[in-house]
Amino acid sequence: MAPNEQRPVSVGLFVTCLVDTQRPSVGFAAVRLLEAAGCTVSVPRQTCCGQPAFNSGDRTTTRALAEQMIAAFETFDYVVAPSGSCAGMIRTHYPELFVGEPDWMPRVERFCAKVHELVSFLADVRGVTHVTAAYDGTVTYHDSCSGLRELGIQAQPRRLLASVEGLTVAEMPDSDVCCGFGGTFCVKYPDVSNAIVEKKAANILASGADTLLAGDLGCLMNMAGKLQREGRTIRVRHVAEVLAGIGDTPPIGQPKPQSVEGRKS
Amino acid sequence: MSVHITSPQFKQNAREALADQPLQKALAKVGPGFIGKRAAAAEKLPEFEALRDSARDIKNHTLAHLDLYMERFEEKARAAGGHVHFAVDAAEARNIILGICRDLGAKTVTKGKSMISEEIGLNDHLEANGIQPVETDLGEYLIQIRGEGPSHIIAPAIHLNKEQVEADFRRVHADLPPERNLSEPTALLAEARGKLREKFLAADVGITGANFLVAETGTSIIVTNEGNGDLTQTLPKAHIVLASIEKLVPTLEDVSQLLRVLARSATGQEMSVYTTFSTGPRRAEDPDGPGDYHVVILDNGRSGMLAGQLREMLRCIRCGACMNHCPVYHAVGGHAYGWVYPGPMGSVLTPSLIGVEKGRNLPNASTFCGRCEEVCPVRIPLPKLMRHWREKEFERHLMPATQRTGLAVWSFLARRGWLYRPMTRMAMAMLALVGKSKGRFSKLPLAGGWTQYRDFPAPEGDTFQAQWAARKNVR
Ligand code: SF4
Repeated sequence: MAPNEQRPVSVGLFVTCLVDTQRPSVGFAAVRLLEAAGCTVSVPRQTCCGQPAFNSGDRTTTRALAEQMIAAFETFDYVVAPSGSCAGMIRTHYPELFVGEPDWMPRVERFCAKVHELVSFLADVRGVTHVTAAYDGTVTYHDSCSGLRELGIQAQPRRLLASVEGLTVAEMPDSDVCCGFGGTFCVKYPDVSNAIVEKKAANILASGADTLLAGDLGCLMNMAGKLQREGRTIRVRHVAEVLAGIGDTPPIGQPKPQSVEGRKS
Repeated sequence: MSVHITSPQFKQNAREALADQPLQKALAKVGPGFIGKRAAAAEKLPEFEALRDSARDIKNHTLAHLDLYMERFEEKARAAGGHVHFAVDAAEARNIILGICRDLGAKTVTKGKSMISEEIGLNDHLEANGIQPVETDLGEYLIQIRGEGPSHIIAPAIHLNKEQVEADFRRVHADLPPERNLSEPTALLAEARGKLREKFLAADVGITGANFLVAETGTSIIVTNEGNGDLTQTLPKAHIVLASIEKLVPTLEDVSQLLRVLARSATGQEMSVYTTFSTGPRRAEDPDGPGDYHVVILDNGRSGMLAGQLREMLRCIRCGACMNHCPVYHAVGGHAYGWVYPGPMGSVLTPSLIGVEKGRNLPNASTFCGRCEEVCPVRIPLPKLMRHWREKEFERHLMPATQRTGLAVWSFLARRGWLYRPMTRMAMAMLALVGKSKGRFSKLPLAGGWTQYRDFPAPEGDTFQAQWAARKNVR
């Protein structure tokens, strides 16, 4: 690791509701990566950034959750989330909720500037160029939409993955095309969502990789769920797990205990 | 063919579209056909991104002074010998056009491609009044003979394949020898040309849309790739231009900037094959041209959009890039959207024009992947504007009750961390226990939308926050 600052910086880890409830391993992977990059990590009490409410048109709830979020996290040097979607929600959309409120705006803008997605934070802010981890496998990386388009996350995860010992990256066709998750979209319009994730699954398989990685748990659960429904054996993990070298938890949607890890399937 | 509104049945439409094999075959070509070409065209022009900024700025400026430019256009068009009509709504526009046709004793009219004509249901109205409209854009001609609406704003028949077109031609062009060979696209094209040529010569009036109306000169501009627009507007006795208010642009200089992003965004061409400028009727020294030149400017609810958040939508130059890049459009095609305008631009515009009650599905049927905004030449924040409609829907309680209740329960918990944490912890512990052996669920109560098509991964067990608190004993 090559953090570009010596002074430890304080990071408030916004673990996101999906990681909190579904896959805490990603949270621990994030802690490990952040600490290795010279950060002191805290986890203030938290719920959700408000995105589900925001995208459902419920401004009042979104606003309340934004205020809650700001109050919980604004004292840290940085706020980091293992999700481009949640970090993008805060960075690009929180200011929209406070337009025309001079009492709030400077505070909100100060806060938003500190918020980062995990992998881009490591690479861009902390100057991390390589990680000390090993993974025996060929991975393909899906660019989740919000991270890609709202935060410009594309090269960073690939660069860091390239430093993982034993790992090969095999690109899939259309890695930057939506997986069809879309938050509540996937349950509101299941047929359309399915058609989109079907194409994604075909592209993932076309890469020939044995592992699928991405930076957003929502997309990962969607793609893992589809691949597994189709009976595919490809492993699905959050990119932070591989970068942190955490291989002891089973891949998404796989039972414990299994010793398929670290072997090519 | 005016389009019957089926937007409220979007889900049903989508299901049918997904099961329609010929449609799926046609849709598979949309992405590969347009996306690469646009990207290559953008790549080749170093100032493309800067041009998009200036395209946005030109449109913003025009919209901010629309009344001024409207007056100027009217004055200039009149000075050139044209007539300018303002129509508040669809009915008024239809009647103005019918009136002009009647005054000229018109029996048939040829038509260049015009989405506004689809919006106001012009063809049905003319037919009902004994005037035969003939679409001359090949795609529009195809959907006209099939009695369908367009499924794409620049490629109205993109949902069709060659075999369907051949069958339609054999059915409609019954006067031609049945043994003729129509297996090649060129043969189909030649046959359509031949048929349309007769219509061009017979038409009394030509109706076209407009890509731009230039205020400083009173000029209307159309861009086409087939040249049909030129024949439509120069051969008959009168040329009627039908355009909505947001087509106005201050100067020719502005148009030249917009043209540079339009074709590149639409088809990846540097310019469309034909870009035709029309100012007034035929002058004494002109070799050809229409005797009368009318411009019908339609509002149909748009001036209401000028005041609010949706104003940004009026920058749209109808290039189609947003739908060309949309995963939902790729999956279901244009007809599923249930009215004239499909894809992301339709999901914003349609609720404005037919009402959010009927159009509410459209802004919801988006993953907010943001690819539309990424390519829109005038930088319309389409996801943001779709979200605007979701807010209106939420405010007016139009959301289905189950969704609203789910959202309310979740909001209640998320705003009360002290309750949220133990509740989620309990739920996850339960799910983890039940899902332990398989690591996932193939069926879950209340998650049928998910598990109908995918497995649901079982949670690992205790929540991150609980595990962290146990380790760190945080306050
Ligand atoms: S919204 Fe933008 S991308 Fe879509 S048709 Fe209009 S100008 Fe083109």
